[in-house]
Amino acid sequence: MWLRFILGIALALLLGGQASAYRAYVANERSNTVSLIDTDTWKVVKTIKVGQRPRGIAYTKDQKYVLVACGDDDTIQMIDTGTNTVSDTLPSGPDPEFFTASPDGKFLYVANENDNTVTIIDIARRAQVGAVQVGVEPEGMAMSPDGKILINTSETTNMAHFIDPAKHEVVASVLVDQRPRFAAFTPDGSELWVSSEVGGTVSVIDPVKRVVKQKIEFAIAGMRQDPIQPVGINITSDGKLAFIALGPANHVAVVDVKTHKVIKYLLVGQRVWHMAFTPDGKYLLTANGVSNDVSVIDVAALKVVNTVQVGELPWGIAMSDH
Amino acid sequence: MLRGFCIAAFLLMAMSAAPAANGLNVKIGYLGRADKTETISLIEMPAANDGVAGAELAIDDNNTTGKFLNQSFSLQQLLLKDEDDPAAAVQKLADNGISLIVTDLPAAMLLKAADAGRQRGVFFFNAGATDDRLRQEDCRANVIHTAPSRAMLADGLAQYLVWKHWTHWLLVVGSHAPDKLFADALRRSAKRFGAQIVQEREFKDTGGARRTDSGLVQIQSQIPLFTQSAPDYDVLVAADESQVFADYMPYRTSQPRPVAGSAGLEPTTWDPAFDQWGAIQLQSRFEKKFSRWMTALDMQAWMAVRMVGEAVSHVNSDDAKAILKYMEGPDFALAAFKGRKLTVRDWDLQLRQPILLADGRTVVSVSPQQGFLHQYSELDTLGIDRPETKCKLK
Repeated sequence: MWLRFILGIALALLLGGQASAYRAYVANERSNTVSLIDTDTWKVVKTIKVGQRPRGIAYTKDQKYVLVACGDDDTIQMIDTGTNTVSDTLPSGPDPEFFTASPDGKFLYVANENDNTVTIIDIARRAQVGAVQVGVEPEGMAMSPDGKILINTSETTNMAHFIDPAKHEVVASVLVDQRPRFAAFTPDGSELWVSSEVGGTVSVIDPVKRVVKQKIEFAIAGMRQDPIQPVGINITSDGKLAFIALGPANHVAVVDVKTHKVIKYLLVGQRVWHMAFTPDGKYLLTANGVSNDVSVIDVAALKVVNTVQVGELPWGIAMSDH
Repeated sequence: MLRGFCIAAFLLMAMSAAPAANGLNVKIGYLGRADKTETISLIEMPAANDGVAGAELAIDDNNTTGKFLNQSFSLQQLLLKDEDDPAAAVQKLADNGISLIVTDLPAAMLLKAADAGRQRGVFFFNAGATDDRLRQEDCRANVIHTAPSRAMLADGLAQYLVWKHWTHWLLVVGSHAPDKLFADALRRSAKRFGAQIVQEREFKDTGGARRTDSGLVQIQSQIPLFTQSAPDYDVLVAADESQVFADYMPYRTSQPRPVAGSAGLEPTTWDPAFDQWGAIQLQSRFEKKFSRWMTALDMQAWMAVRMVGEAVSHVNSDDAKAILKYMEGPDFALAAFKGRKLTVRDWDLQLRQPILLADGRTVVSVSPQQGFLHQYSELDTLGIDRPETKCKLK
């Protein structure tokens, strides 16, 4: 830890303070833009115009592009990370909301919210190579660390679908609570966590037995249960802590992954939705839809240390891998 | 995994009356009105499939979910005229093996249907009648209400008007029975939330056609006359479920005042302009299938059929009693694009739900409003709460 810190300072000095600066791309659902945040200064350094209703956003494996799902334009736009302009598109199928990639970065799996479909795209060929029929209003997408199982959650069907990514088939479905939004595997692949926005819980699923083994519930002092609506889930790379965005409750719950117990609630901006870690794992950025800002959480201290104003209705954040 | 599946399949077989090889088929009935009410506004004329379209979309949604659980859902619709016997219709549906029926019927017909269905073990989902008496002295243990009550609608509107500090109301009431019932609900809401009705006026239905070539000229001069010389007021609240006058009020009042209630700012469960909390997805699905906008009645029927789907996915049975027991229990919740879970009030079987306030082009607000607190659920600030209930479920 100390070594890394010293190394970081040395590097920062060496490169004139530029080295530790990462770039966070924030999709602003309502203003049809992506805000580019510099993590050194915590300032928006560029606002990129994109298509209509940008939501799901992520880097490609080779870091050359940031992909952003523009639901109302029925496309995924590719932002060139060199020029920070939209340079190409992917044929995502109708109303793409969220997506995940295969571990080798070659394929993209897209939830088409209006079409009960997951569309599979070959990124290099910019072509659709398959589609899987899933439940009503597919949204959450996650790939198991070994790349063998793809998860999709369908919001009105209230299920996590287990998809064989090679055969393009649903092989199992697990019922969870109402309006499942997001799915995430623990880094070792031993657990699948699924958040249910309206149900107010996170289901911890055994991905081998394909059963819910526990439901994590939340309670914030002085707050009614209604606004506690879990959405985004981010688990630290060491698999110890999970951060769960609680939507209109304006808090992020910090959960001990081993015991499944909530250890802290952090007050962030309004309607906290999706989140992303900086590549060094030091900070977690949260997109706060109603307050139009991004909260910066210091992961070691479990404290909110900064707030950055972005566009209207920030939805999700992409952060590079290195 | 394979073993898990076999056990699940075995349970399905054990629990269901239907042959397990074909999975579980849940049949749902729909009793609607053959005669639709004429509206003042041409663009609000109800479609022939108003209501049942929502039920059909929910059947699709249930079947999409059901294919992963080996469950399927089907709908059988019967339309009743005012003079038809609802009891006979219930018998007919029950003879076809249906024990869950969604209704869009007037209160009196719904009660006849419910009482006829009781011996046959039939349960009803009232998607159409807003009468408070169905949740009060005339409540039934076999009727769940997805339609809001008039009290809920009036409370939703009153909370917003009070939040705006528009607390002085000129109440204009139509001359038909439903108008008077809505006025009762509005008076109750005014009292509950601290608004004052400065004066009441009755707008008599003197008959005549809604659509005439020179109608506009007459209305333009009639409404200012009707609304003049009122004590000072903030908002004109119209109770006109019969569609006789309310839509003629906006922009025509003697004083420049906003209109709410049956025109202007209207409390409702759904509006084609509503796009929050994922509602846009349901709106798109509906428009794609039916080439028209989704109405509140469509939504109330959609919720009823989705409630069945939600319960069946958990109880894995087509037994109506088991389905209803689950719905009324603590584990049931319906996601219906309202930003929070909808549950069933155990004292009168009313579905708790937020009330939208729509002006015909946009959704202005959603009640309960901030600051209207409740010890159990803020949704229970809308409508008849547990301590006030006159309902004895039987």
